[in-house]
Amino acid sequence: MTLKQGAWVMRACSKWLVGGGVLLACAGSVLAEGNPRDPYEGFNRSMFAVNEVVDKYAAKPVAQVYDHVAPLPVKAGFGNFFGNVGDLWIGANSALQGKFADAGVDVGRLLINSTVGIFGLFDVASELGLEKHEEDFGQTMAVWGVGDGGYLFWPVIGPRTARDTAGWAIDSYVDPVWRVRPISTRNSMVALRFVDIRASLLPADKVVEEAALDKYAYIRDAYLQRRRNQIFDGRPPRLED
Amino acid sequence: MIKQFFAVVFAGSLIASVHAQEAPDALVQQVTEEVLEIVRKDKDIQGGSTQKVIDLVDKKVLPHFNFPHMTALAMGKDWKKATPPQQQALTHEFKTLLVRTYANALTGYKNQKIVYKPFKMNAGETDVLVRTEVLQPGSKPVQLDYSLEKLDGGWKVYDVVVAGISLVTNYRDQFGQEVRNGGVDGLIASISAKNKSLEANLAKAEKK
Repeated sequence: MTLKQGAWVMRACSKWLVGGGVLLACAGSVLAEGNPRDPYEGFNRSMFAVNEVVDKYAAKPVAQVYDHVAPLPVKAGFGNFFGNVGDLWIGANSALQGKFADAGVDVGRLLINSTVGIFGLFDVASELGLEKHEEDFGQTMAVWGVGDGGYLFWPVIGPRTARDTAGWAIDSYVDPVWRVRPISTRNSMVALRFVDIRASLLPADKVVEEAALDKYAYIRDAYLQRRRNQIFDGRPPRLED
Repeated sequence: MIKQFFAVVFAGSLIASVHAQEAPDALVQQVTEEVLEIVRKDKDIQGGSTQKVIDLVDKKVLPHFNFPHMTALAMGKDWKKATPPQQQALTHEFKTLLVRTYANALTGYKNQKIVYKPFKMNAGETDVLVRTEVLQPGSKPVQLDYSLEKLDGGWKVYDVVVAGISLVTNYRDQFGQEVRNGGVDGLIASISAKNKSLEANLAKAEKK
Protein backbone atom coordinates (compact mmCIF):
# COMPACT_ATOMS: atom_id res chain seq x y z
CA MET A 1 0.00 0.00 0.00
CA THR A 2 1.31 3.40 -0.88
CA LEU A 3 1.48 6.28 1.51
CA LYS A 4 -1.05 8.18 -0.54
CA GLN A 5 -3.55 5.37 -0.24
CA GLY A 6 -2.90 5.14 3.45
CA ALA A 7 -3.53 8.82 3.89
CA TRP A 8 -6.68 8.46 1.90
CA VAL A 9 -7.91 5.60 4.08
CA MET A 10 -7.17 7.55 7.22
CA ARG A 11 -8.97 10.54 5.81
CA ALA A 12 -11.94 8.40 4.86
CA CYS A 13 -11.96 6.78 8.27
CA SER A 14 -11.76 9.98 10.21
CA LYS A 15 -14.11 11.93 8.02
CA TRP A 16 -16.95 9.55 7.49
CA LEU A 17 -16.73 6.97 10.19
CA VAL A 18 -16.20 8.97 13.29
CA GLY A 19 -15.70 6.66 16.21
CA GLY A 20 -12.56 5.92 18.15
CA GLY A 21 -12.87 2.15 17.87
CA VAL A 22 -13.11 2.17 14.12
CA LEU A 23 -10.17 4.52 13.83
CA LEU A 24 -8.09 2.39 16.13
CA ALA A 25 -8.95 -0.71 14.16
CA CYS A 26 -8.02 1.00 10.91
CA ALA A 27 -4.71 2.14 12.32
CA GLY A 28 -3.95 -1.14 14.04
CA SER A 29 -4.55 -3.40 11.09
CA VAL A 30 -2.24 -1.42 8.84
CA LEU A 31 0.46 -3.51 10.47
CA ALA A 32 -1.11 -6.81 9.45
CA GLU A 33 0.60 -8.59 6.57
CA GLY A 34 -0.96 -10.52 3.74
CA ASN A 35 -3.08 -9.80 0.72
CA PRO A 36 -2.12 -6.41 -0.76
CA ARG A 37 -5.71 -5.83 -1.84
CA ASP A 38 -6.95 -6.45 1.69
CA PRO A 39 -4.61 -4.60 4.04
CA TYR A 40 -7.11 -4.55 6.93
CA GLU A 41 -7.98 -8.23 6.72
CA GLY A 42 -7.89 -8.79 10.47
CA PHE A 43 -10.34 -5.96 11.15
CA ASN A 44 -12.46 -6.95 8.18
CA ARG A 45 -12.75 -10.57 9.18
CA SER A 46 -14.00 -9.65 12.64
CA MET A 47 -16.52 -7.21 11.17
CA PHE A 48 -17.56 -9.93 8.72
CA ALA A 49 -18.17 -12.30 11.62
CA VAL A 50 -20.31 -9.67 13.38
CA ASN A 51 -22.26 -9.09 10.20
CA GLU A 52 -22.87 -12.81 9.69
CA VAL A 53 -24.58 -12.91 13.08
CA VAL A 54 -26.65 -9.77 12.44
CA ASP A 55 -27.64 -11.14 9.07
CA LYS A 56 -28.51 -14.59 10.33
CA TYR A 57 -30.74 -13.42 13.17
CA ALA A 58 -32.16 -10.13 11.86
CA ALA A 59 -31.70 -9.07 8.26
CA LYS A 60 -32.07 -12.39 6.50
CA PRO A 61 -35.18 -13.67 8.34
CA VAL A 62 -36.96 -10.34 7.73
CA ALA A 63 -35.96 -10.40 4.06
CA GLN A 64 -37.19 -13.99 3.77
CA VAL A 65 -40.57 -13.10 5.25
CA TYR A 66 -40.84 -10.10 2.92
CA ASP A 67 -39.85 -12.23 -0.07
CA HIS A 68 -42.40 -14.87 0.91
CA VAL A 69 -45.32 -12.62 1.80
CA ALA A 70 -45.11 -9.80 -0.73
CA PRO A 71 -46.49 -10.71 -4.16
CA LEU A 72 -44.20 -10.14 -7.14
CA PRO A 73 -45.95 -6.96 -8.40
CA VAL A 74 -45.58 -5.37 -4.94
CA LYS A 75 -41.88 -6.25 -4.75
CA ALA A 76 -41.37 -5.00 -8.29
CA GLY A 77 -43.23 -1.79 -7.39
CA PHE A 78 -41.03 -1.07 -4.37
CA GLY A 79 -37.90 -1.95 -6.33
CA ASN A 80 -38.94 0.37 -9.16
CA PHE A 81 -39.90 3.15 -6.75
CA PHE A 82 -36.52 3.24 -5.01
CA GLY A 83 -34.81 2.80 -8.35
CA ASN A 84 -36.62 5.84 -9.68
CA VAL A 85 -35.71 7.93 -6.65
CA GLY A 86 -32.08 7.11 -7.37
CA ASP A 87 -32.13 8.01 -11.07
CA LEU A 88 -31.48 11.74 -10.55
CA TRP A 89 -28.25 11.11 -8.63
CA ILE A 90 -27.31 8.43 -11.16
CA GLY A 91 -27.78 11.07 -13.87
CA ALA A 92 -25.62 13.53 -11.95
CA ASN A 93 -22.87 10.91 -11.68
CA SER A 94 -23.12 10.04 -15.38
CA ALA A 95 -22.63 13.75 -16.11
CA LEU A 96 -19.74 14.03 -13.63
CA GLN A 97 -18.06 11.18 -15.49
CA GLY A 98 -18.56 13.00 -18.80
CA LYS A 99 -21.22 10.58 -20.06
CA PHE A 100 -23.74 13.23 -21.06
CA ALA A 101 -25.84 11.00 -23.32
CA ASP A 102 -26.25 8.58 -20.40
CA ALA A 103 -27.13 11.47 -18.10
CA GLY A 104 -29.85 12.49 -20.54
CA VAL A 105 -31.25 8.97 -20.49
CA ASP A 106 -31.19 8.96 -16.66
CA VAL A 107 -33.10 12.23 -16.41
CA GLY A 108 -35.49 11.08 -19.14
CA ARG A 109 -36.14 7.93 -17.14
CA LEU A 110 -36.89 9.97 -14.02
CA LEU A 111 -39.35 12.21 -15.88
CA ILE A 112 -41.16 9.34 -17.60
CA ASN A 113 -41.30 7.02 -14.61
CA SER A 114 -42.36 9.75 -12.16
CA THR A 115 -45.33 10.65 -14.38
CA VAL A 116 -46.44 7.86 -16.70
CA GLY A 117 -44.94 5.33 -14.30
CA ILE A 118 -47.06 6.68 -11.41
CA PHE A 119 -44.45 7.99 -8.92
CA GLY A 120 -41.95 5.46 -10.19
CA LEU A 121 -43.93 2.36 -9.25
CA PHE A 122 -43.71 1.17 -12.87
CA ASP A 123 -40.52 1.21 -14.87
CA VAL A 124 -42.11 2.37 -18.13
CA ALA A 125 -38.84 3.90 -19.31
CA SER A 126 -37.08 0.53 -19.49
CA GLU A 127 -39.91 -0.80 -21.64
CA LEU A 128 -39.41 2.19 -23.91
CA GLY A 129 -35.78 1.19 -24.26
CA LEU A 130 -34.24 3.74 -21.88
CA GLU A 131 -31.80 1.46 -20.12
CA LYS A 132 -31.17 1.93 -16.40
CA HIS A 133 -27.56 2.68 -15.49
CA GLU A 134 -25.66 1.84 -12.36
CA GLU A 135 -23.69 4.84 -11.15
CA ASP A 136 -22.68 6.22 -7.78
CA PHE A 137 -20.14 8.66 -6.44
CA GLY A 138 -17.58 5.95 -5.70
CA GLN A 139 -17.52 5.10 -9.41
CA THR A 140 -17.29 8.78 -10.31
CA MET A 141 -14.24 9.18 -8.07
CA ALA A 142 -12.72 6.05 -9.66
CA VAL A 143 -13.21 7.57 -13.11
CA TRP A 144 -11.52 10.73 -11.80
CA GLY A 145 -8.53 8.62 -10.87
CA VAL A 146 -9.00 7.96 -7.16
CA GLY A 147 -7.64 4.50 -6.30
CA ASP A 148 -9.50 1.82 -4.33
CA GLY A 149 -7.62 2.59 -1.12
CA GLY A 150 -7.94 -0.85 0.45
CA TYR A 151 -10.89 -3.11 1.03
CA LEU A 152 -13.13 -2.70 4.07
CA PHE A 153 -16.00 -4.75 5.41
CA TRP A 154 -18.60 -2.85 7.42
CA PRO A 155 -21.39 -4.41 9.46
CA VAL A 156 -24.83 -3.82 7.87
CA ILE A 157 -23.39 -1.74 5.01
CA GLY A 158 -21.26 -4.65 3.81
CA PRO A 159 -18.17 -4.55 1.61
CA ARG A 160 -16.77 -1.20 0.41
CA THR A 161 -13.32 -0.09 -0.58
CA ALA A 162 -12.06 2.99 1.27
CA ARG A 163 -12.91 5.12 -1.77
CA ASP A 164 -16.36 3.58 -2.04
CA THR A 165 -16.97 4.08 1.68
CA ALA A 166 -16.47 7.80 1.15
CA GLY A 167 -18.58 7.57 -2.01
CA TRP A 168 -21.29 5.80 -0.08
CA ALA A 169 -21.28 8.56 2.56
CA ILE A 170 -21.83 11.18 -0.15
CA ASP A 171 -24.46 9.05 -1.89
CA SER A 172 -26.32 8.82 1.42
CA TYR A 173 -25.94 12.54 2.06
CA VAL A 174 -27.69 13.48 -1.20
CA ASP A 175 -30.13 10.54 -1.02
CA PRO A 176 -33.69 11.99 -1.09
CA VAL A 177 -35.00 9.12 1.01
CA TRP A 178 -32.86 10.29 3.95
CA ARG A 179 -34.49 13.75 3.60
CA VAL A 180 -38.04 12.49 3.98
CA ARG A 181 -39.88 13.92 6.99
CA PRO A 182 -41.33 13.07 9.46
CA ILE A 183 -38.45 10.98 10.73
CA SER A 184 -40.68 7.96 11.35
CA THR A 185 -41.67 7.84 7.66
CA ARG A 186 -38.06 8.27 6.66
CA ASN A 187 -37.01 5.40 8.89
CA SER A 188 -39.71 3.13 7.49
CA MET A 189 -38.62 3.92 3.96
CA VAL A 190 -34.94 3.36 4.70
CA ALA A 191 -35.80 0.05 6.39
CA LEU A 192 -38.05 -1.05 3.54
CA ARG A 193 -35.38 -0.29 0.99
CA PHE A 194 -32.83 -2.23 3.02
CA VAL A 195 -35.14 -5.24 3.22
CA ASP A 196 -35.89 -5.00 -0.50
CA ILE A 197 -32.19 -5.03 -1.35
CA ARG A 198 -31.45 -7.87 1.06
CA ALA A 199 -34.32 -9.91 -0.37
CA SER A 200 -32.96 -9.46 -3.88
CA LEU A 201 -29.71 -11.05 -2.71
CA LEU A 202 -31.37 -14.16 -1.24
CA PRO A 203 -30.87 -16.37 -4.32
CA ALA A 204 -27.14 -15.60 -4.25
CA ASP A 205 -26.80 -16.80 -0.63
CA LYS A 206 -26.94 -20.50 -1.42
CA VAL A 207 -24.54 -20.16 -4.33
CA VAL A 208 -21.93 -18.35 -2.22
CA GLU A 209 -22.43 -20.78 0.66
CA GLU A 210 -21.78 -23.78 -1.60
CA ALA A 211 -19.20 -22.34 -3.97
CA ALA A 212 -16.81 -20.72 -1.50
CA LEU A 213 -13.86 -22.40 0.17
CA ASP A 214 -13.60 -19.27 2.31
CA LYS A 215 -16.82 -17.25 2.32
CA TYR A 216 -15.11 -14.06 3.43
CA ALA A 217 -12.56 -14.18 0.59
CA TYR A 218 -15.17 -15.24 -1.96
CA ILE A 219 -17.38 -12.24 -1.15
CA ARG A 220 -14.40 -9.87 -1.08
CA ASP A 221 -13.12 -10.95 -4.48
CA ALA A 222 -16.59 -10.98 -6.00
CA TYR A 223 -17.18 -7.45 -4.69
CA LEU A 224 -13.88 -6.18 -6.09
CA GLN A 225 -14.53 -7.77 -9.49
CA ARG A 226 -18.06 -6.42 -9.58
CA ARG A 227 -16.95 -2.87 -8.72
CA ARG A 228 -14.31 -2.98 -11.42
CA ASN A 229 -16.99 -4.09 -13.87
CA GLN A 230 -19.29 -1.23 -12.79
CA ILE A 231 -16.55 1.37 -13.04
CA PHE A 232 -15.89 0.29 -16.63
CA ASP A 233 -19.63 0.09 -17.38
CA GLY A 234 -19.65 -3.64 -17.99
CA ARG A 235 -16.60 -3.74 -20.25
CA PRO A 236 -13.50 -3.86 -18.07
CA PRO A 237 -10.18 -4.34 -19.84
CA ARG A 238 -8.75 -7.81 -19.47
CA LEU A 239 -6.39 -8.48 -16.59
CA GLU A 240 -3.15 -10.37 -17.13
CA ASP A 241 -3.54 -14.08 -16.38
CA MET B 1 -14.51 -37.87 -63.67
CA ILE B 2 -11.70 -35.91 -62.10
CA LYS B 3 -13.89 -32.86 -62.07
CA GLN B 4 -16.59 -34.73 -60.17
CA PHE B 5 -14.05 -36.08 -57.74
CA PHE B 6 -12.84 -32.59 -56.92
CA ALA B 7 -16.39 -31.35 -56.62
CA VAL B 8 -17.12 -34.02 -54.03
CA VAL B 9 -13.93 -33.38 -52.08
CA PHE B 10 -14.54 -29.68 -52.14
CA ALA B 11 -18.15 -30.04 -50.99
CA GLY B 12 -17.07 -32.48 -48.29
CA SER B 13 -14.38 -30.20 -46.92
CA LEU B 14 -16.78 -27.28 -47.03
CA ILE B 15 -19.33 -29.13 -44.93
CA ALA B 16 -16.66 -30.25 -42.49
CA SER B 17 -15.32 -26.74 -42.02
CA VAL B 18 -18.79 -25.25 -41.60
CA HIS B 19 -19.47 -27.77 -38.88
CA ALA B 20 -16.22 -27.19 -37.05
CA GLN B 21 -16.67 -23.47 -37.27
CA GLU B 22 -20.11 -23.23 -35.74
CA ALA B 23 -20.05 -19.67 -34.51
CA PRO B 24 -19.39 -19.32 -30.76
CA ASP B 25 -22.44 -17.11 -30.20
CA ALA B 26 -24.66 -19.63 -31.97
CA LEU B 27 -23.22 -22.38 -29.80
CA VAL B 28 -23.93 -20.48 -26.57
CA GLN B 29 -27.46 -19.72 -27.68
CA GLN B 30 -28.19 -23.27 -28.81
CA VAL B 31 -26.92 -24.88 -25.60
CA THR B 32 -28.63 -22.29 -23.37
CA GLU B 33 -31.99 -22.69 -25.07
CA GLU B 34 -31.76 -26.46 -25.07
CA VAL B 35 -30.97 -26.60 -21.34
CA LEU B 36 -33.60 -24.03 -20.33
CA GLU B 37 -36.22 -25.86 -22.38
CA ILE B 38 -35.53 -29.00 -20.35
CA VAL B 39 -35.52 -27.09 -17.05
CA ARG B 40 -38.83 -25.45 -17.91
CA LYS B 41 -40.49 -28.81 -18.56
CA ASP B 42 -38.99 -30.76 -15.67
CA LYS B 43 -41.08 -30.73 -12.49
CA ASP B 44 -38.31 -32.33 -10.37
CA ILE B 45 -35.85 -29.61 -11.30
CA GLN B 46 -38.35 -26.89 -10.54
CA GLY B 47 -38.96 -28.58 -7.22
CA GLY B 48 -35.27 -28.11 -6.46
CA SER B 49 -33.74 -31.48 -7.32
CA THR B 50 -30.09 -30.58 -7.55
CA GLN B 51 -29.07 -34.10 -8.55
CA LYS B 52 -31.23 -33.99 -11.65
CA VAL B 53 -29.79 -30.65 -12.73
CA ILE B 54 -26.27 -31.95 -12.20
CA ASP B 55 -27.06 -34.86 -14.52
CA LEU B 56 -28.45 -32.44 -17.08
CA VAL B 57 -25.43 -30.15 -16.87
CA ASP B 58 -23.12 -33.18 -17.14
CA LYS B 59 -24.77 -34.29 -20.34
CA LYS B 60 -25.54 -31.05 -22.14
CA VAL B 61 -23.21 -28.35 -20.86
CA LEU B 62 -19.93 -29.97 -19.82
CA PRO B 63 -18.88 -31.16 -23.28
CA HIS B 64 -18.60 -27.50 -24.25
CA PHE B 65 -16.32 -26.51 -21.38
CA ASN B 66 -12.54 -26.68 -21.18
CA PHE B 67 -11.96 -27.55 -17.53
CA PRO B 68 -8.18 -27.87 -17.56
CA HIS B 69 -7.97 -24.30 -18.86
CA MET B 70 -10.52 -23.09 -16.27
CA THR B 71 -8.55 -24.72 -13.47
CA ALA B 72 -5.29 -23.22 -14.72
CA LEU B 73 -6.97 -19.80 -14.85
CA ALA B 74 -8.31 -20.20 -11.31
CA MET B 75 -4.85 -21.10 -10.01
CA GLY B 76 -2.83 -18.47 -11.81
CA LYS B 77 0.90 -18.93 -11.36
CA ASP B 78 0.42 -21.82 -8.92
CA TRP B 79 -0.78 -24.03 -11.80
CA LYS B 80 2.80 -24.54 -12.98
CA LYS B 81 3.81 -25.75 -9.51
CA ALA B 82 1.47 -28.73 -9.85
CA THR B 83 2.64 -32.01 -11.40
CA PRO B 84 0.50 -33.47 -14.24
CA PRO B 85 -1.27 -35.94 -11.89
CA GLN B 86 -1.92 -33.07 -9.44
CA GLN B 87 -3.27 -30.96 -12.29
CA GLN B 88 -5.60 -33.81 -13.21
CA ALA B 89 -6.83 -34.14 -9.63
CA LEU B 90 -7.32 -30.38 -9.35
CA THR B 91 -9.26 -30.25 -12.60
CA HIS B 92 -11.50 -33.08 -11.45
CA GLU B 93 -12.27 -31.50 -8.06
CA PHE B 94 -12.73 -27.99 -9.42
CA LYS B 95 -15.06 -29.28 -12.12
CA THR B 96 -17.22 -30.99 -9.50
CA LEU B 97 -17.40 -27.79 -7.45
CA LEU B 98 -18.23 -25.55 -10.43
CA VAL B 99 -20.88 -27.89 -11.78
CA ARG B 100 -22.68 -27.68 -8.47
CA THR B 101 -22.57 -23.89 -8.44
CA TYR B 102 -23.87 -23.76 -11.98
CA ALA B 103 -26.55 -26.37 -11.26
CA ASN B 104 -27.71 -24.40 -8.24
CA ALA B 105 -28.18 -21.31 -10.33
CA LEU B 106 -30.35 -23.35 -12.68
CA THR B 107 -32.69 -24.66 -9.97
CA GLY B 108 -33.39 -21.01 -9.18
CA TYR B 109 -34.47 -20.50 -12.78
CA LYS B 110 -38.08 -19.38 -13.00
CA ASN B 111 -39.35 -16.66 -15.29
CA GLN B 112 -36.04 -15.33 -16.50
CA LYS B 113 -35.42 -14.57 -20.14
CA ILE B 114 -32.05 -14.60 -21.83
CA VAL B 115 -31.14 -11.83 -24.24
CA TYR B 116 -28.22 -12.48 -26.60
CA LYS B 117 -26.19 -9.35 -27.21
CA PRO B 118 -25.04 -8.52 -30.75
CA PHE B 119 -21.86 -10.46 -31.51
CA LYS B 120 -19.06 -9.53 -33.86
CA MET B 121 -16.02 -11.59 -34.59
CA ASN B 122 -13.05 -10.93 -36.83
CA ALA B 123 -11.99 -13.68 -39.21
CA GLY B 124 -9.42 -15.97 -37.65
CA GLU B 125 -10.14 -15.00 -34.05
CA THR B 126 -9.68 -17.85 -31.60
CA ASP B 127 -10.63 -16.19 -28.30
CA VAL B 128 -13.96 -14.39 -27.97
CA LEU B 129 -16.46 -13.07 -25.45
CA VAL B 130 -20.14 -13.89 -25.98
CA ARG B 131 -22.35 -11.52 -24.03
CA THR B 132 -25.84 -12.27 -22.78
CA GLU B 133 -28.19 -10.75 -20.26
CA VAL B 134 -30.65 -12.38 -17.88
CA LEU B 135 -33.91 -10.47 -17.56
CA GLN B 136 -36.17 -11.10 -14.61
CA PRO B 137 -39.38 -9.34 -13.73
CA GLY B 138 -38.98 -6.81 -10.93
CA SER B 139 -35.18 -6.76 -10.82
CA LYS B 140 -32.27 -5.37 -12.72
CA PRO B 141 -30.93 -7.31 -15.72
CA VAL B 142 -27.90 -9.42 -14.90
CA GLN B 143 -24.94 -9.52 -17.24
CA LEU B 144 -23.87 -13.08 -18.12
CA ASP B 145 -20.81 -13.45 -20.35
CA TYR B 146 -18.93 -16.47 -21.66
CA SER B 147 -15.29 -16.52 -22.76
CA LEU B 148 -14.69 -19.09 -25.48
CA GLU B 149 -11.59 -20.32 -27.23
CA LYS B 150 -11.28 -22.25 -30.44
CA LEU B 151 -9.73 -25.69 -30.11
CA ASP B 152 -9.50 -28.61 -32.53
CA GLY B 153 -12.79 -29.96 -31.24
CA GLY B 154 -14.62 -26.66 -31.75
CA TRP B 155 -15.32 -23.72 -29.46
CA LYS B 156 -15.01 -24.33 -25.72
CA VAL B 157 -16.03 -22.13 -22.81
CA TYR B 158 -13.19 -21.36 -20.39
CA ASP B 159 -14.77 -18.64 -18.25
CA VAL B 160 -18.26 -17.64 -17.11
CA VAL B 161 -18.73 -14.08 -15.87
CA VAL B 162 -21.86 -13.18 -13.88
CA ALA B 163 -22.47 -9.47 -13.27
CA GLY B 164 -18.79 -8.86 -13.89
CA ILE B 165 -17.72 -11.61 -11.50
CA SER B 166 -15.70 -14.41 -13.07
CA LEU B 167 -16.77 -17.67 -11.45
CA VAL B 168 -13.27 -18.93 -12.26
CA THR B 169 -10.83 -16.18 -11.26
CA ASN B 170 -12.88 -15.47 -8.16
CA TYR B 171 -11.12 -18.52 -6.71
CA ARG B 172 -7.60 -17.28 -7.33
CA ASP B 173 -6.91 -15.76 -3.89
CA GLN B 174 -8.61 -18.63 -2.07
CA PHE B 175 -6.60 -21.20 -4.02
CA GLY B 176 -3.40 -19.21 -3.53
CA GLN B 177 -4.03 -19.14 0.21
CA GLU B 178 -4.53 -22.92 0.34
CA VAL B 179 -1.38 -23.52 -1.68
CA ARG B 180 0.62 -21.26 0.66
CA ASN B 181 -0.75 -23.09 3.69
CA GLY B 182 -0.63 -26.70 2.55
CA GLY B 183 0.94 -26.89 -0.88
CA VAL B 184 -0.84 -28.11 -4.00
CA ASP B 185 -1.90 -31.30 -2.21
CA GLY B 186 -3.42 -29.18 0.54
CA LEU B 187 -5.50 -27.37 -2.05
CA ILE B 188 -6.64 -30.64 -3.63
CA ALA B 189 -7.64 -31.90 -0.18
CA SER B 190 -9.58 -28.70 0.61
CA ILE B 191 -11.64 -28.72 -2.60
CA SER B 192 -12.21 -32.43 -2.22
CA ALA B 193 -13.42 -31.96 1.39
CA LYS B 194 -15.73 -29.17 0.25
CA ASN B 195 -17.17 -31.40 -2.47
CA LYS B 196 -17.70 -34.25 -0.01
CA SER B 197 -19.57 -32.04 2.45
CA LEU B 198 -21.79 -30.74 -0.35
CA GLU B 199 -22.38 -34.32 -1.47
CA ALA B 200 -23.45 -35.25 2.06
CA ASN B 201 -25.83 -32.27 2.28
CA LEU B 202 -27.30 -33.23 -1.05
CA ALA B 203 -27.91 -36.81 0.04
CA LYS B 204 -29.64 -35.52 3.17
CA ALA B 205 -31.81 -33.13 1.16
CA GLU B 206 -32.83 -35.79 -1.38
CA LYS B 207 -33.95 -38.15 1.39
CA LYS B 208 -36.37 -35.63 2.86
